[in-house]
Amino acid sequence: MLNISGIHQGFVLDHIKAGESMTIYNNLHLANLGSDCTVAMIMNAKSNKMGRKDIIKIECPIERVDLDILGFIDHNITCNIIKDDAIVEKRQLSLPKEIKNVISCKNPRCISTVEQELDQIFILTDPENEVYRCKYCEEKYTGTK
Amino acid sequence: MRHLMSPLDFTREELEQLMDLADDIKNHPDKYSEKCHGKKLATCFYEPSTRTRLSFEAAMLNLGGSVLGFSSADSSSAAKGESVSDTIRVISSYADICAMRHPKEGAPLVASSRSLIPVINAGDGGHQHPTQTLTDLFTIRSLRGEIKDLTIGLCGDLKFGRTVHSLINALVRYPGIKFVLISPEELRVPEYIREDVLEKNGYEYKEVDTLDDVMGELDILYMTRVQRERFFNEEDYIRLKDFFILTPEKMNLAKKDMMVLHPLPRVNEIAVDVDDDPRAMYFTQAKYGVFIRMALILTLLEIPC
Repeated sequence: MLNISGIHQGFVLDHIKAGESMTIYNNLHLANLGSDCTVAMIMNAKSNKMGRKDIIKIECPIERVDLDILGFIDHNITCNIIKDDAIVEKRQLSLPKEIKNVISCKNPRCISTVEQELDQIFILTDPENEVYRCKYCEEKYTGTK
Repeated sequence: MRHLMSPLDFTREELEQLMDLADDIKNHPDKYSEKCHGKKLATCFYEPSTRTRLSFEAAMLNLGGSVLGFSSADSSSAAKGESVSDTIRVISSYADICAMRHPKEGAPLVASSRSLIPVINAGDGGHQHPTQTLTDLFTIRSLRGEIKDLTIGLCGDLKFGRTVHSLINALVRYPGIKFVLISPEELRVPEYIREDVLEKNGYEYKEVDTLDDVMGELDILYMTRVQRERFFNEEDYIRLKDFFILTPEKMNLAKKDMMVLHPLPRVNEIAVDVDDDPRAMYFTQAKYGVFIRMALILTLLEIPC
């Protein structure tokens, strides 16, 4: 396996389904973290638990990344928070109450399909069944994560 | 500042206060004839409507205020590609309150988030139509005395009919309401109404596809029009539009004190002969719509009454 050095401060996202790391890279807006941050993506790594998996290591101040969306994408992802070279927290992922600009409404009658510069916002309306509805038209999100 | 997007924006207590005010307006209209003197209502209607727009305008004029606005997207700057957000920012500096109808679902919500004046959702696509719901509730309360222990049949286009969705949302806050949903399979209520509103709140309902079988059970029959503009193709519209027509023969099966309501306009789903039946209350309902809109304007403008 490729070796990527440890990080001083940031996150390690482990147990990402193989092939999904680029989606997560985009959804967490990691391209916009700033020039002082480093992101390493390890794709298709061997895993005893999963067969193959992806890993993302992010070296950056921890307040700079909003991890809530990970709970929506895949709550099986392991999220380790690193400070001073050590894991300080293993964050349990939960479903975010609101998802902004990650998924978009498929209802052709929804205002979000035509209004310029409008945030795509989905609200968690049924946590038990993981149901999200568009804030504007209340249509249930049925697309892929 | 408050807006009205959904009937659920008001608590039950607030709804009762609103209906009390509408009741007082109905009984003492002179008392309210100058309450909105100097105030302006903007009616921003991006799709055709006669009744709702005129009842808003009548409501404001009855209160001594004035009205301005547009009645189709073609005659507004939307035709030039202006966003709802920009339009409402401009309207905010021209008027004191805005009633907005828009074919896109959620458009009034977007407007309310940018507006400096109260925005009333006057119908957004197939989504919500809260002032129709307020009218319906006020009509039921006025004619029945209270909203309680009623079997309500909703008939026709329950899928795209926004008045039905709003009404169900509002009625599940009242005790003892049973719903009979009468529609062809293609036009049944959307899943979110069934799951998140009826089932979640433990309300009794049944779905049937003939009017005759259930007429005798109903205290209120709420008829709706099958709307051409909600269909993607003409063929479906033609096949389904005449599915449920209320006739004097069907009325013979109903209780003596049943009420027939309809948000109007009617096309042919209620035979004209039914109009003479004392149980046909849809024209009274339209009249009551002005009183409740007057009460709403006064409430949102926070004018002391």
